[in-house]
Amino acid sequence: MAETIRLELVTPVRQILSEDVDEVIAPGVEGDLGVLPEHAPLLTALRVGELAYRVKGKLDYVAIVGGGFLEVNDNKVIVLADDAELGREIDLDKAIERKLKAEAALEQERKSDEKNFKAVEIELMKELIRVQIAEKYRGAK
Amino acid sequence: MPGVMDIKRKIKSVKNTQKITKAMKMVSAARMRKAEDAMKNARSYANKIYELVGNMADRVEADSHPFLTARKEVRNVCLAIITSDKGLCGAFNSNVVKKTLAFARENKGVNIKLICIGKKAYDFLGKKEFEVLSKYVSFGGKITYDEASEIGDKLVDYYMSEDVDEIYIIHNEFRSTAFQVAKVTKVLPLSIEKTEAAETTDYIYEPKAEVLLKEIMPRYINFTVYFSLLESIAGEHGSRMVAMDNAARNAGEVINKLTLTFNKARQGAITNEILDIVNGAEALNG
Repeated sequence: MAETIRLELVTPVRQILSEDVDEVIAPGVEGDLGVLPEHAPLLTALRVGELAYRVKGKLDYVAIVGGGFLEVNDNKVIVLADDAELGREIDLDKAIERKLKAEAALEQERKSDEKNFKAVEIELMKELIRVQIAEKYRGAK
Repeated sequence: MPGVMDIKRKIKSVKNTQKITKAMKMVSAARMRKAEDAMKNARSYANKIYELVGNMADRVEADSHPFLTARKEVRNVCLAIITSDKGLCGAFNSNVVKKTLAFARENKGVNIKLICIGKKAYDFLGKKEFEVLSKYVSFGGKITYDEASEIGDKLVDYYMSEDVDEIYIIHNEFRSTAFQVAKVTKVLPLSIEKTEAAETTDYIYEPKAEVLLKEIMPRYINFTVYFSLLESIAGEHGSRMVAMDNAARNAGEVINKLTLTFNKARQGAITNEILDIVNGAEALNG
């Protein structure tokens, strides 16, 4: 019985993670799901959210911004994300700034157009998740 | 024989040209390295998504998604042609254009519509008899995934609205720095061969496979476009690097030849002058 599971996180632009981990907790479209070693083959779509993984008891976070897929097969977790950022790499100040901008845009769109509103709302969600995750790392810095 | 000054001026101008071509070669070399890195980074995603789509296509019915179903009658074919915006890169663009024209010749029965990505494709083919659906120019040799997605979405739109029945991408495949091959890739509908012998460890799908397929397919198309563009950009710089290297070398040869002519002319002028003086002296002594 394998004790760890391989986590590979790739975006179209670069490979972000390739690590043996104890556990993965991912934001599936139908709810968060935890993946432990020797999980059955699984394929799911991801929503914008936070992906956590545990290495030697310590949790690390990744912001999944833009959705994607998660495949479990052969004791490997492969995450194909449209865009993602490691928690420890997010600059909190910049993220907050972008969040405020997204909020302002949202407010403006709410007044003008229903369709654009949806698009901007998603933008805001992306920035929110960045901020949330970066905040977890603030104490450590 | 041209005058000494004329030759001198010519040497100077060729030297300037050589300087420019050398600089362009350096710039292309640096840009190519960057483009190659981008390709390398994208490759891991490429391998995984191709595998994923392959796996899924094995496990679902062929008619469960419109992208997987070939249309019975193919009347309109869309060609997405990827070239560069700028010239001075050898046969890079004309290879793609030739391939396109060859494709058109082989498929006379169908109506060909173009999507021109890169200025050169439009310059060459926009004036011909083809209908141009849309064009994308001025990437400045860089491409982001978002830009590629925009093009990908457009392709999907054309396909779904039945404006076109098949979509191909024609681009330069990056084999190595000095070697690119124009290649035609069928994008839609997807023709993934079913591997019957594949072990059927069935996945747990969340949500249902059909729903998932709807999510994956557009991403697959967008990524294919993105990766083709990356390849094309890397190829463009590689091709330009080689072309500029040749140009710089040719300029060197021309300079050598001109210098020789210049020296001969200079020596000729000196000989003439000495002859004059000697003759003059002889006349006085005589």
